[in-house]
Amino acid sequence: MKVKVLFFASLREQLGISGEEIELPSGVTTVGGLRCYLSKRNDSWQGVFSEGRLIRAAVNQDMVQPTAPIKAGDEVAFFPPVTGG
Amino acid sequence: MKISVQATDFDVGFEVQNLSKEKTVGAVASFVGVVREVPMTLEHYPGMTENSIKKIADEACSRWRVIDCTVIHRYGALRPGEQIVLVAVASAHRGDAFAACEFIMDYLKTQAPFWKKEQRPEGERWVEARASDDQAAERWQGPARKTG
Repeated sequence: MKVKVLFFASLREQLGISGEEIELPSGVTTVGGLRCYLSKRNDSWQGVFSEGRLIRAAVNQDMVQPTAPIKAGDEVAFFPPVTGG
Repeated sequence: MKISVQATDFDVGFEVQNLSKEKTVGAVASFVGVVREVPMTLEHYPGMTENSIKKIADEACSRWRVIDCTVIHRYGALRPGEQIVLVAVASAHRGDAFAACEFIMDYLKTQAPFWKKEQRPEGERWVEARASDDQAAERWQGPARKTG
């Protein structure tokens, strides 16, 4: 299935892209699963998505937990904890 | 309810006056966040940012007797002394206005997708989220109550 993935703030800078369409293998069905999948792309992606780092996620613009399911056509965003206000 | 995420500055007097027009309004509480010391750039997530602020404001309206509210948050390049955010809440009495205003601000700090990048003399750096902000938002958890 295909999803749209977006990256913000320090994640966007470190990865060098703000987003892309990704075709996911069948085993990737949750936000946490997607994060794990992205971390295995190469060394620099692994550095950004390493397990110890606090990363928040949103599905279709709603903040979610890593267990949240994803389906074809979803917009999934990854970003650091927010610092507005 | 007015929610705006914008690059341009805002006029606090104008916004507060707008909230005071309804004749049942007896109190308007407002908070203004200002850039302190270091120039910065604010990034946001267009769409989600507006929606998340709306949800927080809706939650405040369900917890307290709110007649109307305005939340304006800026993005882009901001210099020290410039206004970043305005939260203003109109109610019949001050208790509801103060509480709802503080609630919206505390949740905005931990839930609304904004990220600050400071331009310091030694170089740029992303501001780290603070545990104290999470604690400020967490203290509102628990049973809702209406005052006044």
